[in-house]
Amino acid sequence: MAFFLETLIGGLMAGMLYSLVALGFVLIYKASGVFNFAQGAMVLFAALAMARFAEWFPGWTGIANPVLANIAAFVFAGVLMFIVAWLVERLVLRHLVNQEGATLLMATLGIAYFLEGLGQSMFGSDIYPIEIGMPKDPVFLFDKVFPGGILVNQEDVVAAGVAAALVIALTVFFQKTKTGRALRAVADDHQAAQSIGIPLGRIWVIVWCVAGAVALVAGMIWGSKLGVQFSLTTIALRALPVVILGGLTSVPGAIIGGLIIGVGEKLSEVYLGPYVGGGIEIWFAYVLALVFLLFRPQGLFGEKIIDRV
Amino acid sequence: MNHKKIGDVVLDVNNISLRFGGVNALTDISFDVREHEIRSIIGPNGAGKSSMLNCINGVYTPQQGSITFRGQTFSHMNSRQVAEMGIGRTFQNLALFKGMSVIDNIMTGRNLKIKSNILMQALRIGPAEREEIAHREFVEHIIDFLEIQAHRKTPVGQLPYGLQKRVDLGRALAMEPQVLLLDEPMAGMNVEEKQDMCRFVLDVNDEFGTTIVLIEHDMGVVMDISDRVVVLDYGKKIGDGEPEAVRNSEDVIAAYLGTSH
Repeated sequence: MAFFLETLIGGLMAGMLYSLVALGFVLIYKASGVFNFAQGAMVLFAALAMARFAEWFPGWTGIANPVLANIAAFVFAGVLMFIVAWLVERLVLRHLVNQEGATLLMATLGIAYFLEGLGQSMFGSDIYPIEIGMPKDPVFLFDKVFPGGILVNQEDVVAAGVAAALVIALTVFFQKTKTGRALRAVADDHQAAQSIGIPLGRIWVIVWCVAGAVALVAGMIWGSKLGVQFSLTTIALRALPVVILGGLTSVPGAIIGGLIIGVGEKLSEVYLGPYVGGGIEIWFAYVLALVFLLFRPQGLFGEKIIDRV
Repeated sequence: MNHKKIGDVVLDVNNISLRFGGVNALTDISFDVREHEIRSIIGPNGAGKSSMLNCINGVYTPQQGSITFRGQTFSHMNSRQVAEMGIGRTFQNLALFKGMSVIDNIMTGRNLKIKSNILMQALRIGPAEREEIAHREFVEHIIDFLEIQAHRKTPVGQLPYGLQKRVDLGRALAMEPQVLLLDEPMAGMNVEEKQDMCRFVLDVNDEFGTTIVLIEHDMGVVMDISDRVVVLDYGKKIGDGEPEAVRNSEDVIAAYLGTSH
């Protein structure tokens, strides 16, 4: 039992990180109807900026305080993501107002490769650590209930807290504020949104900024667990089945989808793996996504697709 | 019809020409719209009616001409500015926010009027809460007015076409526009739905004093409710005046029925 719970918790933690990346996809999709292929590249870019700046900070300012360096690096990376958002609107999206979804999708593919290249030429292409002082020691919980207790990573618990706070803030933002309403409106119809005076450009900058901030948090947590490296971009591919499962337009869907996939991967690997020869973890998410596409294409929480003939 | 008082010119369109490549969508069009009147634009398919609205609305930028609104002259309009000045519009092909409920759709029309800052809205504190309630009340009035109370929480995409058209009108009304541009509000409707829509348009004009610029194909409707009519054909103005005069104009009859020459 204890082993099952440990696997379950391990899965939840991995899933939470998928959720964070998936959240970035959902945000941009909700607010502009664009499937943003560049989300993975944004995670890498933000994490690289943060890791390198924290490293350079003492050298530039002579202040050797790691907390200060991390805060400064976080702000720096945040500003950088804002600039990226602004440039994306200015140079790309602005010229594609009222265009087909496929056009915008191709544009984000271009942005993805550009950001990957730019990130590495600005910040280097090695593996860089992010040390934000998260507690690394594992703790044992419930050792009275189970023999030996359950092994839990403290770092994971902190990360889960950060992710939860982020999700609550975003949900309130989308549902309760006029900007949130404007974002949802823009997603549905550009022209109609313009006619009631919603400034498309500003809305796009806002949503790419928010997605950039989410990418930064995701990159920071991944980076502090595994180090910042190019393979971060491939996490974006892992988040694809998550958004299919959860529904492209649902913030809670991204979270729950991520958790389901994280847990499913771990449990199937541990309990089914021995029978089919292992390696399930790699394809589990995609098979689950395929099943969903067949039976429930809008995902668990997505808006039902209504079409009149 | 003539009991209401028609005021001065609010919107003045001067010598507008719009080209798409080699196609002359509009050639040298001028007309004015007076306060509180219902001003219709009619013409056969492809005459340039929607293009005209899109110029006023800032979607298209005309190559020549200017538009004067309340004494301010513009060579081209900007969508946001137009909305801020109090010009609302509805769409020929529905352009609603399909995934959002009726209430949320109409609330988006209030967006420009919400002034409290985003943090206060998110936390629902003090003035933000009061403001939201006030706007919500206004939206409920519109919902009552358009008789769609039963559907207020329904996602718009699930409503029948006639009701979607009403929501489109409701969203424009939520802006409290001084001038309302209606692009074929009755297209594709059955007789009953048309009568309802006619009633709403007349009521808006009557109760709120909103000036209305109407594009419509149904001649019966246009002749019944308009104060003055502009007739376009192949991007040129071929008639302008009161419904009676326009109906009897030879050019207009020729454009609609064809001539033998």
